[in-house]
Amino acid sequence: MSSPPSPSPNRWFKALRRTRLGEPCLKTYPLECVELLKRARAAFQAGRTAKEGFRLAQLEAVVRMLVEHECDFVDALGRDLHKPRFETVVSELILVKNEALHAINNLKKWMQPQHVERNLSTTLDECLVVNEPLGVVLIMGTWCSPVQLCLVPLVGAIAAGNCAMINPPEYTSHTAELLHRLIPSYLDNECFHVIVTGTNDLAQIVGLKFEHVFFIGNREEAGRVAQAAALTLTPVTLVLGGKNPCYVDQQCDITTTAQRIAWARFHNAGQSAVAPDYILCHVDVKERLVQALKCCLMQFYGSDPRESRSFGRMVNLETFNRTRDLLWRSGKVAVGGQVIEAEKYIAPTILTEVVESDPIMQHEVFGPVLPILTVKNVDEAVAFINKQEKPLCVYAYSSNSKVISRLMSETSSGSFCSNDSILQSLMVVLPFGGVGASGMGSYHGRYSFDTFSHRKSCLLRGTRFECVTYLRYPPYEDRNLSLMTWASTLSQKSQGWCQIL
Amino acid sequence: MSREQLAVQRARKSFQTGKSKPLQYRIHQLKCLQRFLTERQKDIADAVKKDLYKTQHGTELYETLGLEGEINLAIEKLAEWAAPRPVEKNLLTVLDEVYVQPEPLGVVLIIGAWNYPWAITLQPLVGAIAAGNAAVIKPSEVSSHSSKVMEELLPLYLDKDLYPVVTGGVSETQELLKQRFDHVFYTGSSSVGRAVMEAAARHLTPVTLELGGKSPCYIDKNCDLSVACRRITWGKFVNCGQTCIAPDYILCEPSIQNQVVEEIRKVIKEFYTDDPKTFDDYGRIINQRHFKRVMALMEGSTIAIGGDSDESECYIAPTVLKDVTAESKVMQEEVFGPVLPIITVSGIEEAIQFINEREKPLVVYVFSPDNKLIRRVIAETSSGALLANDCLIHYTISALPFGGVGNSGMGCYHGKHSFDQLSHLRSCLIKKLNMEGANNMRYPPHTASKLGWARFLLLKKVNVGRLRRMAILATLAALAAFVVQVQSSLDI
Repeated sequence: MSSPPSPSPNRWFKALRRTRLGEPCLKTYPLECVELLKRARAAFQAGRTAKEGFRLAQLEAVVRMLVEHECDFVDALGRDLHKPRFETVVSELILVKNEALHAINNLKKWMQPQHVERNLSTTLDECLVVNEPLGVVLIMGTWCSPVQLCLVPLVGAIAAGNCAMINPPEYTSHTAELLHRLIPSYLDNECFHVIVTGTNDLAQIVGLKFEHVFFIGNREEAGRVAQAAALTLTPVTLVLGGKNPCYVDQQCDITTTAQRIAWARFHNAGQSAVAPDYILCHVDVKERLVQALKCCLMQFYGSDPRESRSFGRMVNLETFNRTRDLLWRSGKVAVGGQVIEAEKYIAPTILTEVVESDPIMQHEVFGPVLPILTVKNVDEAVAFINKQEKPLCVYAYSSNSKVISRLMSETSSGSFCSNDSILQSLMVVLPFGGVGASGMGSYHGRYSFDTFSHRKSCLLRGTRFECVTYLRYPPYEDRNLSLMTWASTLSQKSQGWCQIL
Repeated sequence: MSREQLAVQRARKSFQTGKSKPLQYRIHQLKCLQRFLTERQKDIADAVKKDLYKTQHGTELYETLGLEGEINLAIEKLAEWAAPRPVEKNLLTVLDEVYVQPEPLGVVLIIGAWNYPWAITLQPLVGAIAAGNAAVIKPSEVSSHSSKVMEELLPLYLDKDLYPVVTGGVSETQELLKQRFDHVFYTGSSSVGRAVMEAAARHLTPVTLELGGKSPCYIDKNCDLSVACRRITWGKFVNCGQTCIAPDYILCEPSIQNQVVEEIRKVIKEFYTDDPKTFDDYGRIINQRHFKRVMALMEGSTIAIGGDSDESECYIAPTVLKDVTAESKVMQEEVFGPVLPIITVSGIEEAIQFINEREKPLVVYVFSPDNKLIRRVIAETSSGALLANDCLIHYTISALPFGGVGNSGMGCYHGKHSFDQLSHLRSCLIKKLNMEGANNMRYPPHTASKLGWARFLLLKKVNVGRLRRMAILATLAALAAFVVQVQSSLDI
């Protein structure tokens, strides 16, 4: 019989915490949400979030929360997604911290009203655009990167001076519970609330009326959210998935390409909205690419990825079954293919001889399976991409800049990256979002701030100089009209005039 | 296949050929639109006269002048707006190209309104063309003459396939909304706006909604009442009150109410003579239904000025109501007519409270010489826009984003904002396949040392700009020290 664990206080506390973490989080029912929304709205109307000092304090609290509870986040994500510590820290925590620090550094600038160009008839007035908070916003993240996808929009909402209700995804229950527990200890309890609801309650929650709804998830749920939001005239930002194509040209460094693609596709066990979904490989390099990918996978995860601490698992049985189905019914397995249901484990898999009609090409692949299709040239790749819905990202690997330009200008997607993947979605200075079927609106950095603000135009005139204004009053006359035409068009052409005047 | 479906399909096919992508083409279409406005000035003015009883001057001033300005601006600035917009680089992307590229969305649906049938329908079109989209234009059937002229004449100037005009009523609009667009631009009422947004939501189509609301107008007792009342009267009775940004109601202290009424009376006489009905520059209500609606709003309130009407001509005199309360009929919906209610409040506190109890309007107007009071209203109320000491003219400044918030709408346009609203701003990161060494830290198997490097390189502790400046300073300091040393060694 093994000896009982030593009774040191440290161990005891850790065990206690672990038990708490293991408990499923209590669902927040819609009625409770109504109460929380009322409190948040009252706090907003009392002007709590208006001051810069308050917003900075909340942002700093977010950073503190991530620093002080790094282990808890690593633990929770490990339980939910078997996410390696490295991925949690780099792709979740550091990302949010960067956003928060970026917001802290720039908040003063962002909050300043912007003065705009005037025309001759308004030279003596003040024309500015003021950034106003919207009110109470709803943020609904999704399970593939639950921390980052909830907290990065939250940073924007806080910076813009709103109150927020955060709805972390129910599938990653440990992370949801962690956020539910931590946020009240760090952020203002009246302004920010965490609610945990099921996907069935989505429309009902949205229908409670927020000033903005931020949703990350799949298309079907997004449709329900958008319809519910339309009934209350609530603007939405939707960041949805899509099948992100990745074109590999015959002119490229195959080893590096394979390494970058493999990293992008198989991190988080393929459960990423921005990973390359399928490859359109030039027929000349297909064999080499498959070989190179095989080598990379060996390098990354060893001969048995199941043993590797760097490889994740599927979030739940539903996703596991769906991905396994797609895997079994499409193409031919070139690498990997092993599945273990008890562990929700799917080995990093590469499929070849995939055709457009295969099931894996009809759905977004949210798992570690990478289908490779061959194309004869860039034209075929472009035509293929344009036949599908607009994806979140388009990737292209080539050392020929003309090929890159073509791929970029002849396709449309939320974002574009050449010779690498995912990075464009991690940068704080680039707007991240979809277009068409992959969503609407964008966020990250300044764009988050703008998404959650209303830009109010303000024109401040004096009541003097009525002599100039008389031109517009009835009775309307020819002379007046020509003078007005002249005055209002002068600004665009001859800025110098206005200055002199 | 229905007429609407065909029009959308043709527009999409035409867009997919890529012909609207080159800037030259877009500028050419914009110039054609400009030609249309100048050559067909008479047809446009005649149509507006029949719809809204506006004179030629009125039409030019309020409909086409703004449009021409927008077109000129778009032509001049298109190259700048459509160019890639570079962004700040960080330590890891210093050797890459990082920028935001504006791209056309595809096929845009523009649903116009009847109160300014040309300005409101064609101004979003300018943005759509500039952004490189195809656009299906659906003018309002209520302004039937303008809609007919647009349908007949616009295709003679613009590309018929890329920019079709589809006319019709409710059922045709519903049929159009069943089709899939890449953006829907709607101007009109909140109730229809909801239906439009819902229809668009089925295809996950983004929308811009320019809706209405009751735009309050607060008059401070210390302001120059004669100028204030003149500007308010102008803003209110232009187009017979049928302007989405018209001051809907006045809030002022009881002590100045009578003075305000008298000033407005004087100005109405000055603008529209003693008998506005016979005066050319005073408009009419668009149709019987709206006439009846506006007349009904006056019930239960005290008429201080005007009040007379003529149903056969859809004429309502410039009317002012005094001592109106929050429960009066006229305060239950947007007036959208030449009826100006005055509500008395005890001061700015009560005014702000009154405004905040209601839905967010398109504009909040404040008349006051006190800058602090104005700033207070800016900070304590929310609306699409705020104007101090004047009415309507923020519409003419293309650099100001024009739009609503909350119930008064979402999205904005005018000038560059139209272009941005109808474009997709696509993030682009152009990297090379070299420098793979730098990427090694992110690849598995993950180790503690790789994590350490990642933390160091990624976490935004380091302000790259400041580093650069410090590096330059350090170099200069070293240089200075070197020079001094050389000097001193030479001296010795």
